[in-house]
Amino acid sequence: MTLAERVLDGDIRAAARLMRDIDDRFKSAIEELKTLYPHTGNAYIIGITGPPGAGKSTLVDQIVSAYRKKDLLVGVVAIDPTSPFSGGAILGDRIRMNRHADDAGVFIRSLATRGALGGLSRSTTDVVNVMDAMGMDVVVIETVGVGQDEVDIVSTAHTTVVVMVPGLGDDIQAIKAGILEIGDVFVVNKADREGADRTARELTTMLEMKHPDPAGWAPRVLQTEGARGVGIDALVEEFDAHHVYLKESGALQRLIEERNVKLFTDTLREELFETVFGAIKSNGQYQEILAGMRDKSTDPYSAVQKVMAGRAFS
Amino acid sequence: MAERRIRVLVGKPGLDGHDRGAKIIARAFRDAGFEVIYTGLHQTPEQIVSAAIQEDVDLVALSILSGAHNTLLPAVREIMKEKDASDIVLMAGGVIPEDDIPGLKAAGIAEVFTPGTSTETIVGWVRDNITPHA
Repeated sequence: MTLAERVLDGDIRAAARLMRDIDDRFKSAIEELKTLYPHTGNAYIIGITGPPGAGKSTLVDQIVSAYRKKDLLVGVVAIDPTSPFSGGAILGDRIRMNRHADDAGVFIRSLATRGALGGLSRSTTDVVNVMDAMGMDVVVIETVGVGQDEVDIVSTAHTTVVVMVPGLGDDIQAIKAGILEIGDVFVVNKADREGADRTARELTTMLEMKHPDPAGWAPRVLQTEGARGVGIDALVEEFDAHHVYLKESGALQRLIEERNVKLFTDTLREELFETVFGAIKSNGQYQEILAGMRDKSTDPYSAVQKVMAGRAFS
Repeated sequence: MAERRIRVLVGKPGLDGHDRGAKIIARAFRDAGFEVIYTGLHQTPEQIVSAAIQEDVDLVALSILSGAHNTLLPAVREIMKEKDASDIVLMAGGVIPEDDIPGLKAAGIAEVFTPGTSTETIVGWVRDNITPHA
């Protein structure tokens, strides 16, 4: 049996290996993903994002428990940063989720960013697709701890949750562009801390400044204490409400369409780059270009135009 | 063909609250370019093996200072066998008497490092002995 067939057959080791092949960019993984693709599209995908230390992993742990109580199968993709120096990584999100380790209804996978800058790894969408094909009802993606501009999660998840904590800055932070624009649900975690009400109020004010679309989704701000499990039921109810909204308003179809566009263009971009770069490296053109740039007899712009002119696209 | 990155699970089994050693090893592995899945304290053998399988690691490196190594380490190895995951290498480090090491190796623990071992030695051992899954 191929890896993909074994995945569809419920083989956990095969799923884990395929995720690694995807992450390590093995050509063989593409063949397996082809087989799995028709089996995707059933999972509800939740993205959890927010700054480092906001309590994302602890919230994910609680969200997993809440869905397990409803007897749903849950996948988790947790992303932590790769060292820019050694290429190594310490993936520590599982520490908060260990109690689910030997629950057969939960599959947790840690991924390193490996140089990707949008808060996810390049492999995230495909790894989520494997979990989807495995039959997970819900897949929770935890992004790397983000600052202001890492917003790839929006085009990957159905519901995006922005987790904040009290005391990170004044209300000017809240009207800047970036991650505060992307939330379908906002969470002020560690709500037992001083300033939680104020942070929640500022976020609410920020959200009310948007032009209200009566037919649209109005993001709300919820307060939680991840470590004690306070506010989790209300949070999961909010996810359900958003999921229903997406389905009934047609927004889900639009999201799926956007996700398809992104998956296709990302795949095309990578494949084109690898093909063209591989070709010019093996025929010596790349070395010529570098030599030309060194003595200024060529420039990168003309060089790229020349490379592209040698192909059938332009 | 793309290149495999070595993936290692670092954790602490059982009732043992001292994680400084485990953190130093995790850090040394990170600096060696490995991807380290750090699962932290108080892990049961079942949790360790499930996590190792889900994460598709090549190596499980356990730190143990509690004195329960003769029980916990073979238990992890046994569960790996039960779950058809014997290809994952198991290594340990900690306060483990020399006399216990032959028994642990016979139980399938590939290597045991004792206090005073340099991180270079341990990273070197991993490089020499771990071939990432094809």
